[in-house]
Amino acid sequence: MHIVVEHETAYSYGAPARSTIQYLRLTPRQHANQSVRSWQVTGPGKFTEFTDGFGNIVHVLSLTTPHEQIVLRVRGEVYTTDTHGVLPPENDRCSPLVYAMPTRLTRAEGDLAEFAAGIRTPLAKERLTGLHDLMVALHKQVAYRLGVTDVESTASDAFRKGEGVCQDQAHIFLAVCRAAGIPARYVSGYMWTDSGGRDYDANHAWAEAWVPALGWVSFDVANGISTTASYVRVAQGRDYLDAAPVRGVRRGGGDEAMRVSVRVTDGQQ
Amino acid sequence: MRTPVHPPAVPAFDEMRDAGGLVRPAYDRLADWLTKTPKSVFRRKRQEAELLFRRLGITFAVYSDDAGVERLIPFDIVPRVLTAAEWARLEAGLIQRVRALNAFIHDIYHGQQILKAGVIPEEFVLCNAQFRPEMLGIVPPGGVWAHVAGIDVVRVDEGDFYVLEDNLRSPSGVSYMIENRSVMMRLFPELFSQNRIAPVDHYPNELLSMLRSVAPPHAGNPTVVVVTPGMYNSAYFEHAFLADEMGVELVEGQDLFVTDGFVFMRTPQGPRRVDVIYRRIDDDYLDPLAFNSQSVLGVPGLLSVYAQGNVALANAIGTGVADDKSIYPYVPDMVRFYLGEEAILKNVQTWQCREPDSLRYVLDHLDELVVKEVHGSGGYGMLIGPRASTAERAEFAARLRATPDRYIAQPTLALSTCPTFVQQGIAPRHVDLRPYVLTGRTTRVVPGGLTRVALEEGSLVVNSSQGGGTKDTWVLQE
Repeated sequence: MHIVVEHETAYSYGAPARSTIQYLRLTPRQHANQSVRSWQVTGPGKFTEFTDGFGNIVHVLSLTTPHEQIVLRVRGEVYTTDTHGVLPPENDRCSPLVYAMPTRLTRAEGDLAEFAAGIRTPLAKERLTGLHDLMVALHKQVAYRLGVTDVESTASDAFRKGEGVCQDQAHIFLAVCRAAGIPARYVSGYMWTDSGGRDYDANHAWAEAWVPALGWVSFDVANGISTTASYVRVAQGRDYLDAAPVRGVRRGGGDEAMRVSVRVTDGQQ
Repeated sequence: MRTPVHPPAVPAFDEMRDAGGLVRPAYDRLADWLTKTPKSVFRRKRQEAELLFRRLGITFAVYSDDAGVERLIPFDIVPRVLTAAEWARLEAGLIQRVRALNAFIHDIYHGQQILKAGVIPEEFVLCNAQFRPEMLGIVPPGGVWAHVAGIDVVRVDEGDFYVLEDNLRSPSGVSYMIENRSVMMRLFPELFSQNRIAPVDHYPNELLSMLRSVAPPHAGNPTVVVVTPGMYNSAYFEHAFLADEMGVELVEGQDLFVTDGFVFMRTPQGPRRVDVIYRRIDDDYLDPLAFNSQSVLGVPGLLSVYAQGNVALANAIGTGVADDKSIYPYVPDMVRFYLGEEAILKNVQTWQCREPDSLRYVLDHLDELVVKEVHGSGGYGMLIGPRASTAERAEFAARLRATPDRYIAQPTLALSTCPTFVQQGIAPRHVDLRPYVLTGRTTRVVPGGLTRVALEEGSLVVNSSQGGGTKDTWVLQE
């Protein structure tokens, strides 16, 4: 599939901000299931770039003069293929074990610990089937709802509430995998839908779990499916914080308002 | 109430006298001085020493119930002496060990050959809380990771030094090495004319040239700074002392900022590029955009500059993966793997309680062993089996069963003793030694280190937070 992404994020501040620095993980890499035809990230100031420990392309935006807004624009085209949600092992910088340890956001506690304990045996028995069952169970149990959680919410918080956004759903999936000793990672990216789009089409997120014979297998809890040719993988990490599209710090600026618009379209039509 | 003190199973090695009571060569002159000098003089000199330390402002904060209380670390006026030959062997061992540790850390973040070869189980490293995946693929300027290493060693006999612990994050205490010497020279100038003692006061110069040697290639005449978490940190005195001695700025994270791929320092004359950061802040707090997002101690964006090779950090991020107590048992294997040599310094036998057989052994022999927390430091959270009461051992056994992963155990070593001035006069007390190993283009050790002494009779805990003191450490020159 030929996917065209247009993504704009605008931050505006109540008062001029004195300085801002942001890590932008907004650029996809080449994978077995996607090839990037063109991609551009633009914003104020001069970007520098590095590749982080997880293999993501990171642009660094830094502003040291007063500013009242920041507008980030992403435009790119990617050819994707359907690999039935399987990403064969690539030249990863290290073994999948790096993704086996719970993080602060993906630690199974309370109700979630109990849930994870209950699902441990089926996961150990037949990993792939167990993972699919887990995705389906979480898809039913944790409803997609905006506004009940925020970027600092943990998997256990969201599970207790029984609702959250795709980020929370992915975190819960990761927490359960890791509690069972299965390496699993967080993926952020985009998703094309023909229905005209839903909120999470903006910055979508899902999980990938390690299945020895196959490689990384994706699980999109929000939609209850493994990824297809409609998905564009952008960044990966242990949790949201490693793969966040924008992670930043600013001095001054007062209240912040953020406006996001995303258009993911089929380039063939 | 104190628990009864049992003598160690093996008598401790006395560094001054042999089993027959004869003075060893190292202490030839000093023994004479100790015999001839009246107790009253020692007492007076000790008071003078305390006054000097107070004037210098050397205090340290102890983390305990009275958090934030500052006090002097007791200083013992009897120096500890090593011969040139003893030092030469120790120095060779330290350099070898630190070279292997640096090679290991580099390998862990690039290629992981030692894991692929099965020398160390993958999960011990990759699932270790001190492993920083953020560093995968990043090459620090100069390729150095553990620029400053504090290797804690002990002696148990004439020939060998054992390593108790490698400190590769930001080892502290070197200011005491320097100040102890300077106080000793003021108190007893005659000793320094009678004995040929290797100097230590050039340590800050060595540190500075090492830091400059790892600057990014573009730096030209590099700007070096010391970054401290601030004046409430227990080692703040040392941060200020070293910055002052090196003649570089002492700054906090908020004094620095990142823009256009470089780190800058705010100065009255405007921003100034910083090339080398001797940082005394933990990894977690260095860059809120990469690590703990709540941290206000660090510099947002620092990791990006580091990854681009535009600033050197000493020590590098992620060195903790090599000084963790669960990795410690593998250091001799690292020496073999990377250098093709046998380790000169010995390792203490270590039982990993996460292994069921080891746990069983440890529980059965609690009264003989020292049990330590894998991530603990400063002598907190440890059990010295032979010194503990039955109740204390029972409590520890319960903890071991509940969270075995968190503990390792080692035999109770009969740490060597050195003559020490205590209430009763001169008496032997147990000591350890932390030499400071500097790695830039080469690896060097300033002859000496920080000798810590357990001032209480029979005590084996030398940590200053637990009532230990310090001594000047002499390396005799031939």
